[in-house]
Amino acid sequence: MSQREKLEARSGPAQDANAPWSEVPGLIDAPGGSVNIAYEAVDRHVRHGHGADTALLWFGAEGARRALSFAELAEQTARFANVLRAHGLDRGDSVYALMGRVPELYVTALGTLKAGLVFTPLFSAFGPEPIRTRMEIGGATVLVTTEALYRRKIAPWRDQVASLRLVLILGDDAPEGCVALGPGLAAAVSTFEPVPTRPEDPALIHFTSGTTGRPKGAVHVHGAVLYHAFSGRVALDLKPGTIYWCTADPGWVTGTSYGIIAPLVNRAMMIVDEAEFDLQRWYETVQRERVEVWYTAPTAIRMMMRSGQKAAAPYDFSSLRFLASVGEPLNPEAVIWSEAVFGQPFHDNWWQTETGGIMIANRPGMRVRPGSMGTPLPGIAAGIVERDGDGLHELGDGEVGELALRPGWPSMMRTYLGEQTRYDKCFADGWYLSGDLAMRDADGYFWFVGRADDLIKSSGHLIGPFEVESALIEHPAVAEAGVIGIPDETAGEVVKAYVTLNPGYSASEDLERALRGHARSRLGPAVAPREVIFRTTLPKTRSGKIMRRLLKARELGLPEGDISTLETDES
Amino acid sequence: MTETDMRRAFIDALVGVAPDIDPGSLGEDEHIQRDLGLDSMDVLNLVASLHDRLGIDIPEADYPQIATLALAVPYLQAAGASGQG
Repeated sequence: MSQREKLEARSGPAQDANAPWSEVPGLIDAPGGSVNIAYEAVDRHVRHGHGADTALLWFGAEGARRALSFAELAEQTARFANVLRAHGLDRGDSVYALMGRVPELYVTALGTLKAGLVFTPLFSAFGPEPIRTRMEIGGATVLVTTEALYRRKIAPWRDQVASLRLVLILGDDAPEGCVALGPGLAAAVSTFEPVPTRPEDPALIHFTSGTTGRPKGAVHVHGAVLYHAFSGRVALDLKPGTIYWCTADPGWVTGTSYGIIAPLVNRAMMIVDEAEFDLQRWYETVQRERVEVWYTAPTAIRMMMRSGQKAAAPYDFSSLRFLASVGEPLNPEAVIWSEAVFGQPFHDNWWQTETGGIMIANRPGMRVRPGSMGTPLPGIAAGIVERDGDGLHELGDGEVGELALRPGWPSMMRTYLGEQTRYDKCFADGWYLSGDLAMRDADGYFWFVGRADDLIKSSGHLIGPFEVESALIEHPAVAEAGVIGIPDETAGEVVKAYVTLNPGYSASEDLERALRGHARSRLGPAVAPREVIFRTTLPKTRSGKIMRRLLKARELGLPEGDISTLETDES
Repeated sequence: MTETDMRRAFIDALVGVAPDIDPGSLGEDEHIQRDLGLDSMDVLNLVASLHDRLGIDIPEADYPQIATLALAVPYLQAAGASGQG
């Protein structure tokens, strides 16, 4: 049997590869027209006789291994849902999770959805500031976290978040004012009928950064699960029993859409590793667990490349049948390298927090075009547009413009929480405007060019400069701050800050460290600047707005463009 | 380099990358990622800083060897002694 025949044998009979989600039967059950993500992802499989299948295989950072079957996951999420009920919580209440990749995170997410409440994951490496802002915007009713994270990041300001009624702490003990989750789960009834939510009922809030102002809470609905089922199948080749490893943290949208929902609804077996990137550990995991589908990010792939082909040579990667990457454009060398090392190329795909699911992809069975994000999934209409006044017009092949999509797929955001105006601004002439600049080639493949705004893409995470600048100017030494992303061969971009100082402070190496330390402790390492530069003045417009674009052009030695609005120059 | 010098060099590099760490309360067995909150990019920057300070190249496969102070000091001493430094 040739390699291709083997692959085809494993893949089963081909479906119509171009059918949109609405024409693929059996993606979800939707009993009586209701759609509950937790039911479709977990309980449904138990009901259909697959309760003994492994849903989640977890590896602890310290070497623990734990498998959860669909039946066990159904039971634990039922217990969690009953705990929420016992505390008088109900539909519409908002549950936030702040913890590492431990099994309880998955139970919290799905238990919350099962009970019909709205779930928001927070990245556990966030500092207190991003956590607090996101809890305030979303009106968090419940926070589920660990004692260590609570003491370090939450306790000092917990009382100031008025909406917060309950803090559940993993394990058997809880600090004052909190409730230990362990005893509650043990005492709870082990069954719970998933709340028959309607397709348009809110399910998840994922935060994303804005170029100005506070982060935006993109609201997603239960009906999105139909698209997660569909895109998991067509873009990632997930099937019942597929051994699948998505390395993303559920604190970011990929780790929820494709690190919880899509694999489970497709009855794949998902691998979860609590530890951060560790080359040998990752290679060993793929080899030992016979991982078939692997979804990761360019930063991790570039870290693997740095260690070279030799470091990968001792491992057996023959189980891998499909590799995918998301977060930022994957450089062509990485595609070619992965084909040589893993026997499969990484398939880049593109989507956003707002779109909720994969929109454009190098799909299974398609020829990968290295450096391209691929073509739109069946049923997704994408175009390249240019804004002109109030409207916009479409551009032709080969022209660079803003990547836009025709809304209508189930996992699209329904609003930005409490910010209808900002939401409305994302749409024009029936298009959703992504804020990414791209180009379409004559064969219909899309190519990422850059951001249309000041947002920074670091290790695949979108970082809003405003949030970083706000944290910096809270330091007594800092008068003004301008934050940009500068190119980095591993992270894509890294955050760099330019600051001016208040009277009485002078630039020094110690102060530079103090500012980075301050920013890290407030924002966490993923968001804080890696470098701080001192300036006497920053380039500003007449209205006093710092011209980040100009800082960046100068940093990169690029043309300065239109500087007619420049009032005060940098010095 | 003495053990004390190596210890100081490692702590300086670590705090340079992550100035939110208090060098005074740094535990011997605290894991730089799990306990001290460094992310993958921080680890790369730490490796680069150690290279600049000590002239020692640390291959990716050896990153676990610098995951705690207790591990890093003897590792860096051995690497330095083997002629890399």
